[in-house]
Amino acid sequence: MTAADGDSLLEISDLSLEFRTYRGPIKALNGVSLNVRAGEIVGVVGESGCGKSVTMMAATRLLPEGSARITGGGIRLFGSDPMKLSERDLQHVRGRLVSTIFQEPMNALNPTRRIGEQVIEVIRRHQRLDKSAAAGKAASLLRDMLISEPERIMQSYPFELSGGMRQRVLIAMAFSCEPKLIIADEPTTALDVTVQALILSLIKQKARSTGTAVVFISHDMAVVSQLCDRLYVLYAGRVAEAGTTASVLAAPAHPYTRALIRCLPGLAPPKQLLEQIPGTLPDLLDPPAGCLFRARCREANERCVAVPPLAAIEPARRAACWRRIEETQAA
Amino acid sequence: MAVDGIAAPRRAAPRLGIGRLWYRVKGSPLTLIGAAIGLLVLIVIIAAPVLAPYPPDKISLSARLAAPSLQHFFGTDEVGRDLFSRVLFGARASCGIAFAIVIISTVIGSIVGCLSGVIGGVVDTAIMRLMDVFLALPALILAMALAAALGPSLFNAMLAVAVVRVPAYVRLARGQTLSLRNRTYVKASRSFGASPGYLLRWHILPNALSPIIVQATLDLGGTILTAAALSFIGLGAQPPTSEWGSMVSSGRNYFLDQWWYVTFPGLAILVSAMGFNLLGDGLRDMLDPRLGGR
Repeated sequence: MTAADGDSLLEISDLSLEFRTYRGPIKALNGVSLNVRAGEIVGVVGESGCGKSVTMMAATRLLPEGSARITGGGIRLFGSDPMKLSERDLQHVRGRLVSTIFQEPMNALNPTRRIGEQVIEVIRRHQRLDKSAAAGKAASLLRDMLISEPERIMQSYPFELSGGMRQRVLIAMAFSCEPKLIIADEPTTALDVTVQALILSLIKQKARSTGTAVVFISHDMAVVSQLCDRLYVLYAGRVAEAGTTASVLAAPAHPYTRALIRCLPGLAPPKQLLEQIPGTLPDLLDPPAGCLFRARCREANERCVAVPPLAAIEPARRAACWRRIEETQAA
Repeated sequence: MAVDGIAAPRRAAPRLGIGRLWYRVKGSPLTLIGAAIGLLVLIVIIAAPVLAPYPPDKISLSARLAAPSLQHFFGTDEVGRDLFSRVLFGARASCGIAFAIVIISTVIGSIVGCLSGVIGGVVDTAIMRLMDVFLALPALILAMALAAALGPSLFNAMLAVAVVRVPAYVRLARGQTLSLRNRTYVKASRSFGASPGYLLRWHILPNALSPIIVQATLDLGGTILTAAALSFIGLGAQPPTSEWGSMVSSGRNYFLDQWWYVTFPGLAILVSAMGFNLLGDGLRDMLDPRLGGR
């Protein structure tokens, strides 16, 4: 496994986490392992509710403290366990080392403050700059986001801006303290398609030019395939498949990945109904035994009643499917 | 570049200036009436000595209980004091005290409420149950009991009513805090490394403010009534002071023959309380985020 590299920024190993509800614990994560190295763009893909956001929120300890409980495994964020950090250290890590871009740009800015104040505040929280220097830096960050008149935008209130503009402001804020890692939690889901491509390319360019690592959470295979170096496909709180984007897309190993790719309109022949994945996610209150994708899988057989391990099937390529594991062993 | 023009607003939208405010108020005549009454009360409070034709406590035994006339617009009372001047000066005691009460209880209530919401846990439960105890008792009775225990004076009446009003603001501010705490921008700010104190100051208080302002304006009317009621039963302002409640109280002995003695101070209470209620209603409509910035 390549995760042993020295410059690993985020290392999640075998993380299990549950939410306490009145009906009992919901097992949101069941042994997720992933790692992010400096400077790479990692995609985390899966359908709604499969644990993408929960995994990353757990890594920065943004989950509500009372309701989420880690039941196994561990997180190393910049070499320390975020669950054990003091409030002060946590504040330093958040923003300075890792920052987050959220899904809804419409709600992610304080409606009562001007854009400029909000960007400057974030800059000054982590860097020793006076107000005018910080304002200059904010303007240049916004200009990097292709905002043509940053001075005027900084004088505006969030409600005066469109969703795409707000998301660009938020991306500028996320990059403002030169973090080593940015978590982009479906940053384009709430935007329309024309703006989506722009936002993605802005994130990619900025990340490449500053050497920032990005974890890109998405349910959209098409988006992820354009952007990411490596992919993790999550299903029902488990990693179904991991590998470089090119290899996963060229030869998806897990039936779930294959099904996700078949759902893409671009790859389907025209005038045909797009394929759907039959069924829904398993009930995580009371997950079935064995492979969690079994009920929806065309290739399931009797082996699948046991939980498949996430096994290496090629160099730098892992999948949790008995069929592939058998094939690899046979080869 | 084509991209740049997309979203940048052509011209900065008008800020909350006079023009914008006027545009919003224009559509609602009742708010306008309320605002006018509020303004009138403010002017009277400030300029009472200039506006009043006589000193409020100038006794003129030759003109006792005179009917309204050009010399005495509102008539005179049982020792010949000019009621018009007394009503004008009464605004200072009656409305001034209402302002003081509302400001005190708003400030204390919203700070306690926001803290309670942010801290949560046992502290929150303790504070909220204490507030429930206050809310369980009728406000006027509680204010009467407190004022009586403290001793009858205008200051004590103010204190008593302020204490009684606090729980409403605590509940309001706490509710706001709880809902704001889970907004994305608060989460986003936390993800950029903000401290809890900063979140409270920068994100929660400013955004919790508009419902609190509305509640405060709506409360002004009720507070004028409560303060006047305390004075009416003798627990507030004491006789030589001109205060609307105590004027109605002493005037009620002469009600059958000298109607003007109770009527004018009573009307002053009615009009000012109604004015602030109308203003509060209007503000609520304007500041309601669901109506958008119309």
